[in-house]
Amino acid sequence: MSDVVERTLTALPSLLSSDPSPGRPSSTSKLGTLIRGITELTSKHDEEKLIQRELVSIKEQVSSPNTTMMKELMVRAVYCEMLGYEASFSYIHAIKLAQQGTALDKRVGYLAVSLFLNESHELLLLLVNTVLKDLQSTNLIEVCMALTVVGQVFPKDMIPAILPMVEEKLNHPKEIIRRKAVLALYKFYLIAPNQVQHIHSKFRKALCDKDPGVMSASLHIYLEMKPESYKDLVVSFVTILKQVVGGKLPIDFNYHSVPAPWLQIQLLRILSLLGKNDRSTSEMMYEVLDESLRRAEMNHNITYAILFECVKTIYTIHPKAELLEKAAKCIGNFVLSPKINLKYLGLKALTYVVQQDANLALQHQMTIIECLDHADLIIKRETLELLFRITNGQNVKVIVEKLLEFLRHSKDDYRNISKGVYLPINECTYAPDNSWFIRTMNTVFLLVGDQMQPDIPNSFLRLLSEGFESAEEDQQLRLLAVDSYVSLLQEQPARLPQRFLQVISWVLGEYSSVKEGLEPATVLRLLAPLLDLRHCSSETKSWVLAAMTKLSAGPACLSVAQELAERHGGSLDTTLRQRLHELQHLASDGELLRRVLPCSDGLEPLEVDSTLSFLDGFVSEALAAGAAPYKPPHQRQEELAQEKALSVEPYGLSLPLSLSSSSIAGRLSPTVLSMSSGLSGNSTELSPKGGSALRLEGVTRVWGKEGYLAKAALKPEEAAKTEVPCPLSVLQEGGSAPRTPVVSLPAPAPGPSLQAEREKQQLASCLFMGLGSQGAAGPCLMGKAEPTRHGFRKKVKGQGSSSGARGPSGDSASSSPSPLSAQSAMDNLLCSSPLDSGSTPSPADSAPSPADSAPSPADSATSPADPDAEASSWLFSHWVLVVGVQVSRVRGGPEEEEEHVEGHSVAVYQYSLVPTRPSVHMELAGRASYQRPDGEPQSTPFSYGLSLPDFISRPLSVSTEEYGRLWLASSNDIKQNLALLSQEPDPLRATLHRLRDRLQLNVVDIIASEGIVACQLLQGPPCLMHCRLNAGCLAVWLRSSLPELPDCLLYHCQRALAQH
Amino acid sequence: MVRYFKKIMHFLLLFSRQGRLRLQKWFTPTPEREKKKIIRDMTAMVLARKPKTCNFLHWMDLKVVYKRYASLFFCLAIDDQENELLALEILHRYVELLDKYFGNVCELDIIFNFEKAYFILDEFLIGGEVQETSKQTVARCIEASDMLQEVKHTHTLAHMLIL
Repeated sequence: MSDVVERTLTALPSLLSSDPSPGRPSSTSKLGTLIRGITELTSKHDEEKLIQRELVSIKEQVSSPNTTMMKELMVRAVYCEMLGYEASFSYIHAIKLAQQGTALDKRVGYLAVSLFLNESHELLLLLVNTVLKDLQSTNLIEVCMALTVVGQVFPKDMIPAILPMVEEKLNHPKEIIRRKAVLALYKFYLIAPNQVQHIHSKFRKALCDKDPGVMSASLHIYLEMKPESYKDLVVSFVTILKQVVGGKLPIDFNYHSVPAPWLQIQLLRILSLLGKNDRSTSEMMYEVLDESLRRAEMNHNITYAILFECVKTIYTIHPKAELLEKAAKCIGNFVLSPKINLKYLGLKALTYVVQQDANLALQHQMTIIECLDHADLIIKRETLELLFRITNGQNVKVIVEKLLEFLRHSKDDYRNISKGVYLPINECTYAPDNSWFIRTMNTVFLLVGDQMQPDIPNSFLRLLSEGFESAEEDQQLRLLAVDSYVSLLQEQPARLPQRFLQVISWVLGEYSSVKEGLEPATVLRLLAPLLDLRHCSSETKSWVLAAMTKLSAGPACLSVAQELAERHGGSLDTTLRQRLHELQHLASDGELLRRVLPCSDGLEPLEVDSTLSFLDGFVSEALAAGAAPYKPPHQRQEELAQEKALSVEPYGLSLPLSLSSSSIAGRLSPTVLSMSSGLSGNSTELSPKGGSALRLEGVTRVWGKEGYLAKAALKPEEAAKTEVPCPLSVLQEGGSAPRTPVVSLPAPAPGPSLQAEREKQQLASCLFMGLGSQGAAGPCLMGKAEPTRHGFRKKVKGQGSSSGARGPSGDSASSSPSPLSAQSAMDNLLCSSPLDSGSTPSPADSAPSPADSAPSPADSATSPADPDAEASSWLFSHWVLVVGVQVSRVRGGPEEEEEHVEGHSVAVYQYSLVPTRPSVHMELAGRASYQRPDGEPQSTPFSYGLSLPDFISRPLSVSTEEYGRLWLASSNDIKQNLALLSQEPDPLRATLHRLRDRLQLNVVDIIASEGIVACQLLQGPPCLMHCRLNAGCLAVWLRSSLPELPDCLLYHCQRALAQH
Repeated sequence: MVRYFKKIMHFLLLFSRQGRLRLQKWFTPTPEREKKKIIRDMTAMVLARKPKTCNFLHWMDLKVVYKRYASLFFCLAIDDQENELLALEILHRYVELLDKYFGNVCELDIIFNFEKAYFILDEFLIGGEVQETSKQTVARCIEASDMLQEVKHTHTLAHMLIL
């Protein structure tokens, strides 16, 4: 049968040739009339009317049961669709036509289906049966049509239905069927790879097909697969390419006397995938690549296309000098060619290779310069693209200048360059000076403002807020930005693009205080008119208002705020109204403003407590008070649905809070977080400072996956621990009259007036309620940068020493001696005293002023080698007052503890300090009062400085798995880059060991370029640190359940690494 | 633009010097609104090109390769990583195929027999990949299918051919 088919098919052209022109316009047809009718019309409106009439008539005719013109009608429907008029009524008829018509009708039907419908259209399901039937048809052409449509549109879910039949066609005697079947399978592989996992062997078989068409069709799949899975085929590919290049294929496959160029290029691409980073594989292909380069010498586009592909392959695979040289020469030919298309490709090739071989760009620098001023923008753009690859400190200014020039020229045609403008911000690390950088960015914003990619403003603002190296430079940068923006706003704010306005608002809101003499009210007056701009979007207005809110302090600002509220208070935009209200309230209440939006110096890294763990206390209180645990809305819904009962829960209370919490609580969804955390952060922020919570009665929450509940369970345990008196037994034995007062001081005292607090919180929750949902539209484009900055940052300040015993109370903490070492220290001290305590003092003999002889307690701190023990002593000639500051684990500190020591005795008193809130520096201060025998009361203050590492218990041994669990359970995190001990052979290890030695951190594990480190505060929570080598520094990520801990620890890490 | 996977070609447009669309083929599923926008952009951009400029354009993250044949612009959108010269030759091969079929093809041939132009295209490209590069093979396929058309009334020859 197949022979007959083959013969008839080959006979067809001769049959046809008797027909002089097979497809000349049949201008008498209805389609012809329609087309001519449309051509004669002049207005779009007329055309529309005509088409609508046409569609109506087609609709009528297709639905009549015995139409014979179906094919023709369908063609007309296709034509109308092409002109952009919808003819969806005809879709079903197209499917019917493919199903029912003769072979010819089918052809049109299938064509219409492939033009009308896309893969996901539901009507396609109706086609499956037709395709199945046609695949089984004995008519070759029907099989072809079915395979063609399968290769274009086919519903993904129905692939299994026809898969066996398509696979069967791989063995079809006719090569055209085999080829189409291979392509259909390739298509299946693309849209549903897991349904056709077994077909790789079929493709291998097709690769060996005797027909070159089938073989080349089978190559597509290899470009999509991982090269590792077919490394064994290298030899085959090389052989095939050799044969193709050598002209062994039938002349049919020649294209302008070049043998099978598409096949060649396909093979070259596969080879480049195979040879990448694989020396031995690359070596197998050097010869054929050389051959390809040599053969492709004809002056025709298609040979250049092959050459280009060859060059790319040579530069991708493991390099061979000889080939690289030839390829470079080849690129030279491209670049120097007078043909503009070749020049373009040459630039593209240069861009590709210049990172490996910058000299190549140098060789062609004159051409590149010419191209830079080329009349064709596309060439220019390609040149800029090339230049960005070779940007460095010296040339950045020129290159960016060229870019700006380009942007100016192509302004009307900005879509062309949507990618081009992406680059300058990346290169700004090379920026020669600050004012240049600001000016350049201004120009970029002005030129491409709203067309630029959204991450450009983001990265710009991040640069401003995070700064470069020196704080001075950063301040200058900000000052320059503020300066230029003020003058821009004074000139013509109406012309500025939205994005730029947003950037300006943020910078002014944040940094206008940098400029001396710039009154907030002045800035407010500059910003206010922006709200009147007609083209100003709601989003931008939110930015502007957010900036104004930050600045609104003082009566002048209040008047501006009130003015604005009057003018825009009636706006339909609820976001705007909300923000106006906030502005008004905050402007009138400076105290509140400072608390809601505290000023900061802006250099510390941001820390967002995304889990709101600082509310845990309140939640547990509420839980303890009998409140039901919080359930997220969806869970409530589910339960509601399950119960099918009326809900008697008071929604009024729970809804607003659940709204904000659900948007933040999910730590696993960073996008949601960045959108809403800032705004909701404001609303929750009062609580940690105010020392009491939003009203949580009746509402509790569950935080995140690891969950609040676990923590709640932990809490009481911890509390219990801290109540337990410290192990003092050893000391008790040693001391003569030991008393062990364990004093616990309540954590920060509740505010003076609970009522006032409540009111403020209510105001806050009114003010900020519902902001979570606004966040999406609101000014959160910056992600973490803008609104969150006020949130949860802990300012690190040296703790001033407060005199008296109260000194180290809440904030400070204590050393952590093991009882044994403490005792020995004490013993040492006692023994080494110059005068034995047992000797009888004669006070009258000597009366040295304590002030004279007493060494400053701080000075007498023990040697660093033994940091566990601290002691101070006062020595008088005949008697000794020893004050051993040897404290261990008292919660808080004694406020007024008086202890009496009898003469001629030694008393040991013990207090222990536990850091409730760690701080970088802490100080323990006290006063020793004594009375000399002559009756004169004396007192001497003493103090001892402590730092965080003193409280790190060691070692915190955890396994990597435990670490992982702890990591998830910790909520407060902070990220920072640390200096690396880069001169060491293994910088990461060396750095971590330095930290271990200096800070007693436990290095849990080091894997490749990452390391994990852990430590634990005495009776406190652990702090975890994840370190990763990143571009010459150590990117650390600290986490702990204690908000201040990561911050403090980070400080000490920096210190430890800075000292040598 | 919806992009499910990497494809050599994304769409092919044929339009006249007046910007009238003559043929459109989408190799990637594209929503109707997007299609209209693309067609508008393409005609505007390509028609605005000056002489002696290169045949390539950037559009979003795609490359657009276009070439004018007589009064008709052929415009093919390819992946950014693709080879522009090769795309140009794809267009050329398509024109050759049309030319072979219609015999000295002109715009009118394509206007009035656009479905034939589609048939030829479907034999040449499929799903955004080159299917058949041999001019003869494509021509043979089209002609075989056309034969069905010519003999449809007798309804016998086609069956004879198969049997």
